[in-house]
Amino acid sequence: MNNQQPASLKTSSLPGPQDISRQVLENGITLLVRPNFNTLSVSVAGYLLAGSLYEPVEKLGLADFTASTLMRGTEKRSFEDIYNNLESIGASLSFSGGTHTSGFSGKSLADDLETLLSILAEGLRFPVFPEAHAERIRSQHLTGLDLRAQDTSEMAELVFDELTYQDHPYQYPGDGFPETIAKISREDLIQFHENHYGPRQMVIALAGAVEPEHAHSLVQEVLGDWSNPSQPEEITVPPAPSLEKIIKRHFTIPEKSQSDLVMGAAGPSRCSPDFFPAILGNNVLGQFGMMGRIGDAVRTKAGLAYYAYSSVSSSIGPGPWTVSAGVNPDNLEKTIQLIRGEIQKFIAEPVQEEELQDSKSSYIGKLPLALESNAGVTSALLNLERYQLGLDYYQRYQDLIHEVTRDQVLEIARKYLHPDRLVIATAGP
Amino acid sequence: MLKPIETIQLSNGLQIKLKEIHTAPIVSHWVWYRVGSRDEIPGKTGISHWVEHLQFKGTPRFPMEELDKSISRTGGIWNALTYLDWTTYFETMPADKIDLALELEADRMLNSNFDPQEVVSERTVVISERQGNENHPGFLLKEAVRAAAFRVHPYHHEIIGDLADLQTMQRDDLYRHYQTYYQPHNALIAVAGDFDTDTMLEKIKALYGDYSPGDPITRHNRPEPPQRGEHRLFVEGPGETRLVNIAYHTPPASHPDFFPLMILDSLLTGPQGLNLFGGGGMSNKTSRLYRKMVEEKDAAIDLYGGLPATIDPFLYSVHFIVHPAYDTSAALEVYEGEIQRLQENPPTREEIQRAAKQTRALFAYGGESITNQAFWLGFAEMFASYDWVTKYTDNLAAVEPEDVQRVAQTYLQPKNRVIGTYLPHNKGSNSP
Repeated sequence: MNNQQPASLKTSSLPGPQDISRQVLENGITLLVRPNFNTLSVSVAGYLLAGSLYEPVEKLGLADFTASTLMRGTEKRSFEDIYNNLESIGASLSFSGGTHTSGFSGKSLADDLETLLSILAEGLRFPVFPEAHAERIRSQHLTGLDLRAQDTSEMAELVFDELTYQDHPYQYPGDGFPETIAKISREDLIQFHENHYGPRQMVIALAGAVEPEHAHSLVQEVLGDWSNPSQPEEITVPPAPSLEKIIKRHFTIPEKSQSDLVMGAAGPSRCSPDFFPAILGNNVLGQFGMMGRIGDAVRTKAGLAYYAYSSVSSSIGPGPWTVSAGVNPDNLEKTIQLIRGEIQKFIAEPVQEEELQDSKSSYIGKLPLALESNAGVTSALLNLERYQLGLDYYQRYQDLIHEVTRDQVLEIARKYLHPDRLVIATAGP
Repeated sequence: MLKPIETIQLSNGLQIKLKEIHTAPIVSHWVWYRVGSRDEIPGKTGISHWVEHLQFKGTPRFPMEELDKSISRTGGIWNALTYLDWTTYFETMPADKIDLALELEADRMLNSNFDPQEVVSERTVVISERQGNENHPGFLLKEAVRAAAFRVHPYHHEIIGDLADLQTMQRDDLYRHYQTYYQPHNALIAVAGDFDTDTMLEKIKALYGDYSPGDPITRHNRPEPPQRGEHRLFVEGPGETRLVNIAYHTPPASHPDFFPLMILDSLLTGPQGLNLFGGGGMSNKTSRLYRKMVEEKDAAIDLYGGLPATIDPFLYSVHFIVHPAYDTSAALEVYEGEIQRLQENPPTREEIQRAAKQTRALFAYGGESITNQAFWLGFAEMFASYDWVTKYTDNLAAVEPEDVQRVAQTYLQPKNRVIGTYLPHNKGSNSP
């Protein structure tokens, strides 16, 4: 069935300057709103520069710990009140720590937006970090780390980051280690919040059944008078170290039925011109259809794995470009060699014209699906701001995709991947 | 939110449900078959799921690679799910490309290849999927609890199947299963999204109208006898974290006690939505068990519950992670205290209305996804009818406090449950 037609989108239905309202509050908060009255709810999402890059190495996990404790009580509401207020109206809100930023996301029925935004603002501005709650979060966090230590996929990723990003801040896991979590005191949480949470460079996106003017006045009311002179300047990360050879390490987790493997190298930044050729090439390598060329070789032809795919991370810095698979421990080496073979082929010759066209059509076609829910739209709005893509980005999107050539894909593949210069991290029995 | 829909049955028995939604240029198309692990016998466990995998291996008209590429190049998503009672295939695609999905599903209802070579390579893929599951203690525990709860009924085994059967089943077994259950009279098509109903109906009729209904299906009917006393079991394995899974025998989705049980679950462990595809859930920090076990007593790290909607009586389960500093049996006592409280005192009417409001909100969020909308059209038809979904929140709101108390007394009895505990080897002094 080759029913190929050039993929195209009706740009008028995509978010753009005609329906995105962007305003910057006096204190530096950027507010993006896109109304959609076909829905009954509103989604909110946002971030501020308070990720794990801002925490000391001996207290890894501090940013995440702080974010997860914001809703455990504020100067205005107890933990019980916060969750009673939210859950009684069917709303939800949560904070989490990332590498560069800490973020939040939530949703409510349209009539309840004011309550949702009030609780969001109190969590951001007035958390009190009750001692008993901080200890409870610590226990939950430590149990999470116990579970991580038994998870072959998570441990392979952890080892991969450690080997790929030596002497680089990306080497550390955002959820820390048991010994660093143990060192974090309530005072550390208070200090981290005081020194890093503030309106400068904070971004909030809203999508759903709300008029932009109304959203603006609600946000202005709860966050407009916030200031924090002690917020640090944004930390930028250096390029990733380059690999000269294969670096391989196995993390042993006894008694597991399956091993996981993560192999690859540092990839391009989301802001780099390399990004589009990388994602389109990666789609051919390990995503398109049932996981691209790698899925075809490892799963379909060899029957070695239930999953085998590649991914390029979307990060402001040099995030990883990896191939991941879960395989029977006896087949680990065979799988690694198959994947190295695919990487070799990927850098030896350009992808076929048909493969690139398929990949482009797929990327263009899936945009409306990614944008059908309010949560999908808030996430898209945050990308516009975080990576400075411009309000008309989604309308230019298909042109950006169509511009990529086979030669560019090859050039970018060669720049980042080589079968003899890879980190190969595995975890299992 | 839930508008009237078009419902048709063709003369060959194929059921069709259509719902126009014009908010985005997207159509989601589902084909449901009334077959799942409930239809499997020992020696053939996991066969429904394996057949589902083989349905992606092509037909003479749609060769394997082309199938996959054709959908993917539209940007559409497609996948399949095998469950206890049903198997379903879906495509969510740009509206102007949906004909491809219609044609492909109509074709693979009857014409899949089941190439012996594909069966061989897919055997190891399915075994790999099972081994990936086995890596997780929660899976091992759930599998053991379910096997202890069902001695006779085929809900006994996991949907993925037992390794022994995955190693021995043959191509002809799989093909026979496919031929038996993949027939118009055993199927339902549900489509939601940006289309015109009359046009869509004509397309479906043109594709399926000439199909013969297929042979009648003989179902295994082996009802589970009542459980006569509590079962307790232990699963040992690596790790440092103790898990507890408590499962009670409960009635099927069509039973009048099902909605009081849904309210009971919502009060105990938090609201559940029917959002499989976006819209998400909601935190459960004000649920009774979370408040007591996680917040007040520090007996558990986290917990959740679930009451799957099924054709035959299945299980209401509560799962928790035991706090590292808490004794497992003491944690179970805390749990028991909350169950007794509900058995002794009915909840307030406000609590029930709150649970209903939470569910309404979850439907509002989930409804933003066309894929969810189409999923709902077919889902409840597998064990009840679409009314089950449209009346879901009203039925929850109509539950009386005394009904909740009564179902707590009736079903949440020790003799009616299995308690499974995962005991990690590496655990130090806090083991029970």
